[in-house]
Amino acid sequence: MSDRWNRRKISLAAILICCASFVGWTCAARGEGGEPRYFAIKNARIVPVSGAVIENGTVVVAKGLIAAVGANVTIPPEAWVIDGTGLTVYPGLIDAGTNLGLPPEEGGEQAAAAGGRRRAAPAGAIAAGPEDRPGTSPWRVAADELKVDDKRIETWRSAGFTTALTMPDSGIFPGQATVIDLAGERAGDYVVRAMATVPISLKPTDGWFTFPDSLMGTIGYVRQVFDDTRWYTVAGPIYDEHPTTRERVPYDRTDVTLHHALERKEIFLLPGNNSVQILRALRLTSEWKIRGVLYGGQQGYAVTDALAASKIPVLVSLKWPTRPKDADPQGEQTLRELQFRDRAPGTPAALAKAGVKFAFYSDGLADPKEIFKSVKKATDAGLSADAALRAFTVDAADILGLSDRMGSIAPGKIANLVVTDGDVFGEKTKVKDVFVDGKWFEIHEEAPAAKPDEKKSDGDDEAGGAASREIEGVGR
Amino acid sequence: MKRANWLKVMVASAAAALVAAAPMPTRAQNPGTILIQNATVMTVTHGNIEHGSILIRDGKIAAVGKDLKVPEGAAVVDATGQYVIPGIIDCHSHIAVDGSVNEGAPAVSSMANINDVLNPDDIDIYRDLAGGVTTANILHGSANPIGGQTIVIKLRWGKPASELPFEGAVPGIKFALGENPKRSNFTVPPGVPARYPATRLGVEEVIRQAFTEAREYKKQWDDYNQRKAAGEPNLIPPRRDEKLEPLVEVMEGKRYVHAHCYRADEIMMLIRVANEFGFKVRTFQHVLEGYKIADEIAASGAGGSTFSDWWAYKMEAFDAIPYNAALMTERGVVVSVNSDDAQEARQLNQEAAKSMKYGGLSANDALKLVTLNPAIQLGIDNRVGSIDVGKDGDLAIYNHDPLSVYAVVQKTLIDGRVYFDRQKDIAQRAELAKEKQALLDKEKKAEEEKKPDEKPEQKPEQKKKRPKDDGADATAVRGAL
Repeated sequence: MSDRWNRRKISLAAILICCASFVGWTCAARGEGGEPRYFAIKNARIVPVSGAVIENGTVVVAKGLIAAVGANVTIPPEAWVIDGTGLTVYPGLIDAGTNLGLPPEEGGEQAAAAGGRRRAAPAGAIAAGPEDRPGTSPWRVAADELKVDDKRIETWRSAGFTTALTMPDSGIFPGQATVIDLAGERAGDYVVRAMATVPISLKPTDGWFTFPDSLMGTIGYVRQVFDDTRWYTVAGPIYDEHPTTRERVPYDRTDVTLHHALERKEIFLLPGNNSVQILRALRLTSEWKIRGVLYGGQQGYAVTDALAASKIPVLVSLKWPTRPKDADPQGEQTLRELQFRDRAPGTPAALAKAGVKFAFYSDGLADPKEIFKSVKKATDAGLSADAALRAFTVDAADILGLSDRMGSIAPGKIANLVVTDGDVFGEKTKVKDVFVDGKWFEIHEEAPAAKPDEKKSDGDDEAGGAASREIEGVGR
Repeated sequence: MKRANWLKVMVASAAAALVAAAPMPTRAQNPGTILIQNATVMTVTHGNIEHGSILIRDGKIAAVGKDLKVPEGAAVVDATGQYVIPGIIDCHSHIAVDGSVNEGAPAVSSMANINDVLNPDDIDIYRDLAGGVTTANILHGSANPIGGQTIVIKLRWGKPASELPFEGAVPGIKFALGENPKRSNFTVPPGVPARYPATRLGVEEVIRQAFTEAREYKKQWDDYNQRKAAGEPNLIPPRRDEKLEPLVEVMEGKRYVHAHCYRADEIMMLIRVANEFGFKVRTFQHVLEGYKIADEIAASGAGGSTFSDWWAYKMEAFDAIPYNAALMTERGVVVSVNSDDAQEARQLNQEAAKSMKYGGLSANDALKLVTLNPAIQLGIDNRVGSIDVGKDGDLAIYNHDPLSVYAVVQKTLIDGRVYFDRQKDIAQRAELAKEKQALLDKEKKAEEEKKPDEKPEQKPEQKKKRPKDDGADATAVRGAL
């Protein structure tokens, strides 16, 4: 018997009351989608991130949003109440760079197997010459291609992640990345902001056969794309006003897409992992006059001053550099490589000290456990737990331009919460509950691998799972 | 295009061994005021000064001569028995580049710019410094008739990319003629369409076509600017074209053409095409048959930047001779000897000296091949290339006559800062080796610690610590729904 069960013991009477009132309540709830929509977590330690820790407080969730938080909060009568004694409530964690819900593309694996550094772009997107826009499909939006049966979504959610930036990955302008919340019925339910960022990769093609096949060619190409977009921005309206005296402006969906992205000040993600790449990306961001955010950032420790001066935030990859697997044991390793591998996890601490805003992203790590191991390396290297938490919550939300709706526990914010039995980054900490958009997920100790044939009763393992435990005083 | 590796069988230079420890960038000494004393000063422009001194103040050469007094607060470098030459200038280098030096897919890759991909962390910068090189012309490769934009850098090891470019130096563009751009030594994999051009005729046509387009592009902009200046409203501007703009700059004399070439016929072709479009080729690079048409090259105003003594490594190099540099020099061409190679760049002093043997150049003229002449070719001779008052404090100090094979660089200075110091390099090797070993040990230890705790993760799935009747409760509640 776990302490937890004792703590949350539900008496038979309570269940009966619960059932009785539940029938009536549910009828109303059904009208709104059939799921409970009001919750309260009481007697919990609450870490709002945006404000001081509340040692014993209550969070009230109503219709997907946080309705109230504080030490003395009135719990609405319709709320399902969770006793949070001994538990801590954090804002849901944000993974600022994944491909959750975007399984690898067909053809991509083949290209990778053939030694390709870059996956093939979808049919029709790749072309041969500079004028034909190689690897350029910014009009693709991750939201439109979301596959919500991606098993990793549950894995991430069960580890405390409620939100992810998920980005297409193929080509130079692979397509726009989408901020998703990690729950919903249909793909559309997941989407917080469909066109959240425009990732740019600067990865050349292979060999000498497809433009661009060099880094400098790729940069030259992207520069041309921005030239073309800016031209469209100027030329389009002139033509529309004077169609009888001016030449028609040709339609180019890259120009159109990026024009709109620039107009709404969408974030452009530029790669920069080592110090040279970071400084280069800073220069290009300012040259191209884009709202830039860097990704990679692992050698940021060497260029903190430049990053701080630029005020450009960084998404730090948690895939810390390691000695390549199957490396030649006799192979010479340069001091520089060794230093980089040694110091990279110190980057978050260095950025925090320099006042550079940063968030973390899993960058292809296969399992959230790996994410937390990586975070531990960063905290071991001097990053405060508080700063680490900010990087996964309020700072990530801020960088993604979503701090008005997520990243902290405050009234009006999306009810993305993670409830743990200890420090959120603690090695032995267990995630007990996760709320995504106000939907409650009870987390099992070992999230069982969901088998398609294993029917979970009426399939209500989203919020319906709520019914399985520790509800007290529902409908008081 | 770099030459094949097998060609690089070369006398191992002392400098090569010297930097094997690959030291990290160290902050160069504060320039302030430096006096180099009691050296053989090889000025290049006004002879050698025995027991001479050079005073550098704020990065510039402030005085050169005998018996210079030590100014107050000056750092003194005792160079007794040593030789000081102007920092070596490599007119054809591919170091310090991130990624490929070739944007090889298109026949015209002028949208690619070396300046975008400078890599200040490239160890070859330091190795070049150990060979006395202070300035290098960083070129795009030779895969295309018209290649990428190029840039002259100073080898300021330890500085960020933005501080490498030689201030005020005219940017360049790489052209290439002959076998490389027509890809005669190149097998295209199946399924990949062969790129045009495939002949020397085609190379000429590509260049002519590109400049025809560039001329038209310039006309569009001139026309637009004119009409705009005249107040015409609602004009749609021409599109910017990253490929053609550098070619317009070439025609306007704002960008130098550095043309990779071998044979006399293709060189003559480019001179004619350049005349047709009203630009000048700044340097013919490699220019192995330059000796055959030295008068024509001299008349065109182009310089020649050649190899010392490489030949016959491919068909178009069969007529190359080691007398090329000397013969072109005799006919009035400004000639430099380049490396095209990070390794050879460390012994350009020896490469220059070869023209004393082959062709009988004087020591001073030989030295010019890697100092003043490349400076003239790159349009930076007002700043570097000789030891003259007012020029940059870019110097290489050797322990022997730099034109001898025994010469080893002791110090290399740029802007009056010491960027390479042989004694310091030697002194820090043990420390660097120690640091490296410590890091290796640390990684090894971490890996060993990691192994045991990987096991628990593979433990069979733990049973849920939940009461057995939980399921029943759940069913009960669900039943109520």
